[in-house]
Amino acid sequence: MEEKTRIFDEHDFDPIPEQDRHTDTVARQSTSYLKDVWRSFCKRKTALVSLVVMAVILLLVLIGPEISGYDYYSNDYTAINQPPSAAHWFGTDSLGRDLWTRVWMGGRVSLLIAILATIIPYTIGMIVGGISGYFGGKLDQFIMRAIDVLMGIPQLIYMILLMVIMGSGNIWTLVIAMSITGWMSAARSTRGLVLQLRNRDFVVASETLGASPARLIAKHLLPNTMGILVVGMAMMIPSVIYSEAFLSYIGLGITPPNPSWGQLIKTASETFRYYPYQFIIPCIFISITMLCCNLIGDGLRDALDPKLRA
Amino acid sequence: MVKYIAKKIGTALLTVFVLATLTFFLVKLLPGDPFLNEKVPQAVQDQQRAYYGLDKPVWEQYLTYMGNLLHGNLGTSLKQVGRNVGDIIKEAFPVSAKLGLAAFLFSELVGILFGILCAQFKDRLPDYILMVVAVLGIALPSMVLGPLLRYLFGVKLMVLPVSGWGSAKQAVLPVFVLAISGIASTTRSMRASMLSVTTQDYIKTARAKGLSPVKVVMWHQFKNSLVPIMTNMGVALASIMMGSFVVESIFLIPGLGKYFVDCVTTLDYPLVMGLTIFYGAFLVTANLIIDILYGVVDPRIRVK
Repeated sequence: MEEKTRIFDEHDFDPIPEQDRHTDTVARQSTSYLKDVWRSFCKRKTALVSLVVMAVILLLVLIGPEISGYDYYSNDYTAINQPPSAAHWFGTDSLGRDLWTRVWMGGRVSLLIAILATIIPYTIGMIVGGISGYFGGKLDQFIMRAIDVLMGIPQLIYMILLMVIMGSGNIWTLVIAMSITGWMSAARSTRGLVLQLRNRDFVVASETLGASPARLIAKHLLPNTMGILVVGMAMMIPSVIYSEAFLSYIGLGITPPNPSWGQLIKTASETFRYYPYQFIIPCIFISITMLCCNLIGDGLRDALDPKLRA
Repeated sequence: MVKYIAKKIGTALLTVFVLATLTFFLVKLLPGDPFLNEKVPQAVQDQQRAYYGLDKPVWEQYLTYMGNLLHGNLGTSLKQVGRNVGDIIKEAFPVSAKLGLAAFLFSELVGILFGILCAQFKDRLPDYILMVVAVLGIALPSMVLGPLLRYLFGVKLMVLPVSGWGSAKQAVLPVFVLAISGIASTTRSMRASMLSVTTQDYIKTARAKGLSPVKVVMWHQFKNSLVPIMTNMGVALASIMMGSFVVESIFLIPGLGKYFVDCVTTLDYPLVMGLTIFYGAFLVTANLIIDILYGVVDPRIRVK
C-alpha cells in the first residue's frame, strides 16, 4: 500500500518561538478605582490646591509650636499686646503669650476635635443607618423616630451633663458631646443610601448564596455607600470646627490657658478694635481650613460620584 | 392621601410627646439648683421651690407639667419673674422668625441661582468662582463675619446701623450673616442635583424636540432637581427661624436665640421645656409640609 502523503509538517507541533506569539496587547495600563478617582480629583484645580494648602496647615500645626521657642502658656508681662514682629511672629496677647505658638497649639486642639468628632459619629451612624436600612420595617421605623426625637433635644443639655461627668474644658468632653449629636445625620444619610442599594442584584445574589446580614451590611452595602459618605465627612469637618468655636464662644468649650481657634477668636473679639491682629490671625486660619475642607469635599464628590462625571 | 396625612400627624404628635418627656428628665439631671443663692435665706429659697412645685418628687412634677401642657400652658419662667413661657416665645419668636425667614429666602434664592450656573459651567471658570464665593460663606463663621461687617459698614463706612432691631436697615447685616452659611450648602446640592439630571432621557428628548437651552434648563432640568433640595429645607428653615445665639447677641436683636443658651445655663426648667417643645413641634410640622410638597413637585412620588 502506498504511503499517504503527509499533509502536515513534523514541526507543526513545536511551540511557537517567543517573539512570534501574538497575544492581546495591552494598549493602556488598566487603572484601579482609586487611581481613577485620583485622576478626576486632580482635574478639579480648586480641590487640588486646597489639598496642598491643607497639608501645609497640618504641617504647621504639627511643627509650629516647636520652632517658635516659646510655649503656649507662659506669660511675659514685658511684652504684652505686641504686634507681629521678628521676636513674636504673630505678636503676643494681653498676657504676653506668643500668638504663633498659641495659634498652632489651638489648631492642634481644633483639628483633633474636628477629626475625632467626624470619624466617631460617622462610624456609629453608618452602623445604625446600615442596620436600619437593611432590616427595614418596624426596626427601621423605630430607629428613625428615635432619631427625630433625639435631634430635638438641645445640644447644650448633653454638653452640660457630660461636663459634670467628665469635667469641663476637656477635649474628650467636646468630642463625645459632638458624637452624641452628630451620629444622627450620618445614620439618616447612610440609611437612605442603603435603601437604594438594598434590592440591587449584587446584594440579592450574595443573600441567595447565604451571606449573613452582618456580612451583607459590612461587605456589600456599606462599601458602596463610602463614596458619598466620605464626602459627607469632608463636609462635616468644617461644621465641627464651627461648633467647637461656638461652644468656646459661649464659654462651654476649651477653657484657658488651653487655646483652640474658637477660644482665641472669642478672647480677641473683645479687644478687636485695639488689637485687630489678635482677632484676624486665628480667623484667617479657621477660615482657610474650613474653605479647604469644603473644596476638597466638593472635589471628592465630583470624583467619587460617577453620575457627576462628564 | 387623607389616611397618609393622618398617620403622619399621629407620629408627629408622638415624636413631640417623647421629646418632651426625655427633655424633662434630662433637664432635671443637670447639676445645680435654680434658686441656690448664698445671699438668700434658706427659708426663702425653700419657699421659692415650693411656689414653683420643685419640692415635689420629679414624677409628680412631670405629671403636673404634662397636664398643664395638654391645656396649652407652658408654665412660668423661673428666672424672669412672673413671665409666662408662652408669652416669652410669643414676644421673641416673631423677631427671630422674620429675620430667619428673610435669611432663608435670600440664601435659597442665591444658592439655587448659583447652583444652576455652576452646573451649566461645570469645571469652567464661573463654576470655580461661584463655588469658592459660596463656600467662603461657610468658611467665615458668624462670630467672625458679624463683627467684621459691623465694623466695616457700621463704624468705617457708616452706611448701616451697628446694631438694634426695628428698621429695615438694621436687618440688612444680620440677615446677610445668617443667610451666608446656607448659600454654600444650597449651591452645592443644587449643582449636584442639576448635574445628575443632565443625563436623564427626558432632557435628551426635550433637546431633541428643539426646545431652547434656556427652556430645557429652566423647565425640565430645574423642576426635576428640586426634590433633593427640598429634603434639607425643613431642618434648615426650622433652625434658622429659631434664631441664632451668636448673630442675635452680636447685633443686639431681641430674638429667641439667646434664650436657647440662657435657659439651659440658668436652669430655667420651664423655659427649656417650652423652647424644646416649640422647636420640636416646628421641626416636625416643617417636615410634614415638605413630605406633602414632595408629591406636588414630583408626581412619581405621588403614585406610591
